[in-house]
Amino acid sequence: MQEIKREILTAKAAELLENGTVTRVLGWKRGEFDYDVTPAVFESAAELEEGFVWNDFCGANFSKYLIKETAKGEGKVLVFLKPCDTYSFNQLLTEHRFDREKVYAVGVPCAGMLDISRIKESAEGVLAVRTEGDQVLVDTLYDGTLTLDRAELLPDRCKHCKSKKHVAYDELLGEEGEVLDSHRFDEVEALEKMTPDERFAFWQNELSRCIRCNACRDVCPACTCEKCVFDNPESGVENKAAATSFEEKMFHIIRAFHVVGRCTDCGECSRVCPQHIPLHLLNRKFIKDIDNFYGEYQAGAEVGSRAPIVNYTEGDLEPGEAVKRGETHA
Amino acid sequence: MQVNGYKPLIVAFCCNWCSYAGADLAGNNRLNYPADVKIIRVPCSCRVNPMFILRAFQRGADGVIICGCHPGDCHYTSGNYYTRRRMALLFSMLDYLGIEKERTRVEWVSAAEGAKFAATMNDFVETVAALGENKRLEDLRCKK
Amino acid sequence: MRKVSLDKLDQLFAGIASREALYLPVDTAAGAKFERWAEGKQLSDALNTVRSPKDFFFPQTENLMDFKMEGKKIEIIDTRTESEDFVIFGVRGCDVKSFEVLDHVFLSEPADTYYKNRRDHATIVSMACLKPVETCFCGTFGIDASNPEGDIVCHKTADALYLDAKTEKGEKLLAALSDLTEEADAAPVEEQKALIKERLAKLPLADLKADAFGSGKTDEFFDAPEWKELSESCLGCGTCTFVCPTCQCYDIKDFNTGHGVKRFRCWDSCMYSEFTKMSAGQPRLTQLERFRQRFMHKLVYYPTNYDGLFSCVGCGRCVAKCPIQMNIVKVMKKLGGRANV
Repeated sequence: MQEIKREILTAKAAELLENGTVTRVLGWKRGEFDYDVTPAVFESAAELEEGFVWNDFCGANFSKYLIKETAKGEGKVLVFLKPCDTYSFNQLLTEHRFDREKVYAVGVPCAGMLDISRIKESAEGVLAVRTEGDQVLVDTLYDGTLTLDRAELLPDRCKHCKSKKHVAYDELLGEEGEVLDSHRFDEVEALEKMTPDERFAFWQNELSRCIRCNACRDVCPACTCEKCVFDNPESGVENKAAATSFEEKMFHIIRAFHVVGRCTDCGECSRVCPQHIPLHLLNRKFIKDIDNFYGEYQAGAEVGSRAPIVNYTEGDLEPGEAVKRGETHA
Repeated sequence: MQVNGYKPLIVAFCCNWCSYAGADLAGNNRLNYPADVKIIRVPCSCRVNPMFILRAFQRGADGVIICGCHPGDCHYTSGNYYTRRRMALLFSMLDYLGIEKERTRVEWVSAAEGAKFAATMNDFVETVAALGENKRLEDLRCKK
Repeated sequence: MRKVSLDKLDQLFAGIASREALYLPVDTAAGAKFERWAEGKQLSDALNTVRSPKDFFFPQTENLMDFKMEGKKIEIIDTRTESEDFVIFGVRGCDVKSFEVLDHVFLSEPADTYYKNRRDHATIVSMACLKPVETCFCGTFGIDASNPEGDIVCHKTADALYLDAKTEKGEKLLAALSDLTEEADAAPVEEQKALIKERLAKLPLADLKADAFGSGKTDEFFDAPEWKELSESCLGCGTCTFVCPTCQCYDIKDFNTGHGVKRFRCWDSCMYSEFTKMSAGQPRLTQLERFRQRFMHKLVYYPTNYDGLFSCVGCGRCVAKCPIQMNIVKVMKKLGGRANV
């Protein structure tokens, strides 16, 4: 269950609209069901009252929407940021992707968001979802109300939440949290311990499901190129579908590489993948390697930091050594 | 270089200022290295985009080597330092995906090191020949 | 009507597979998926496969022809081969209907021979949906999940699978399987149909109506102010298009292999910024226009071209998979799809 109530958020938003601090509000909008919450722009207290939602399905990271929203012109936009969203927010500011002056950021605590696909693994026909403490009550079409363990329904990114602390905001609602000891590299380490043949088989299987819908790229707050190389007919590598297993690998390797040092590990890529490919494991490998090779670095922890990929020291590790280190470190 | 009749195809990205000149010196000194090494001259080793490496494999390369000036000697002061970090991360990622780590390499070869250039290529070709054909990053459409 | 008891399903599958290739939905860690049957593979009870069965007839990528260059000569190589006979087993009513939608596009003159080749060799065995879920709305488009179309229609009860041939193709297959099946009374099937109908009526989207849309309604909806709000948060990804059983847009491209050219086609998405790009640029400059195109195509343009048939079958895949949870149900409701609004 989320710590603060929806009413606190809507009251804050209404107040800021009322006193003219902001002209519009980026928020989550009610859908057909409890879980199909859509990002939306609200412009009045009445709209907020009618459609604004704050529940366990508000996973969408709004940072990237700020690029489009702040470019719209006059007036400030209010954005609600969960702790992990604030890292993306800072990272985008570091890259000068939106005008900070046009945003009023309100931090909201987050108790982790639920993964509806995990709920659907045990519930057929989800009519309603309510959270009560550590339990999630699911009204179903055929099996009445099911009681599920909330911790089991968290996506990987929330299970291994890296921080409950907001690294950017104008105003904070509720209590501030701490940076957590997340164990988020456990899965990466498990993969590193496999033999190369096993790793190859693992990734071949995962990436073979890719349908190149580009959802991972389009949702990614670090993927903000105006024109992606994979969309550019002039690039020579444009491909709308992966015609071979090589192209599947190329897309995901290049995409992960392009966000090295900029990926904050927000986990949106894995959340949106319709094929449940654990894409965050690619990004986390890079984050883990950066930590090992060049010292700990968290993208978005502060505005203006220089990422290790665009930096160097004279005594850096040689690439041949890096590969060995990756192994022995497992 | 052949292992059981198989000759690997190697792509070598060489920086214009040191390694390409090193290759020239190897040639002038009549030092042998396999003709299966195809050299692509780049202005600096840091010009090599990870995509170049993957596309070399796609088009049939069995190994890719990047050669640049020794750290500290870059014609552009710091290009090869960036190469070093990028390739450390990229190679580690390829290894993580289960792609043989011996297929990629970075070596620093100066304009005076013709002998090192030839020795490096001989060694790399031998290593890749022992691995056999590149299967894990192949694109079947490009096979003859 | 024939039946086979559930503990003999494997024999039935083996019987079909001994005649022709058999594909059926199986459960995987990442959801249900059509796979070629082999000893030990179990039929999934999942409602929807993640990818729709349109892949069988219209695969995501497909080689059309090869060009080989030698000197100044270009040789054109026809890569087509006759498809083998195959059976797709366990196709849901919505997906069966999607084949009809695709047929209009690919089999109208001039017929797409690549598509036709596979379509001609396929036998569709459909399966009634005993437990439709909240994202289902096939009824909106006149599809009856209790009694789907197909060459053979199946109903799976607690102890048996009932098979009923609906076409000549279906009868032929069922006749060949007569040793493995037995004559059955239709009563349990009728009972199940009634139960399913009752369940369909209780679904949350049961009252969704498409009456407001259809042939010739372009002017009514094209400039609707609602498109702005609806498309506001669209990421422009292709998830909805690629999981959709009826989306049929594709692009044709050449791939230079280094020793020739492969001409292939691949799925394309109207949500993409490069969709139908021409020398003068893209015809749809903003995401609003691309978003509108997709839904207008499903609800207005397609019905205009094909006698009022909608090109949505209500399978609910996009409802479940959209990263930002915007989908055709929300579009229809917003634009006045509900009969009593």
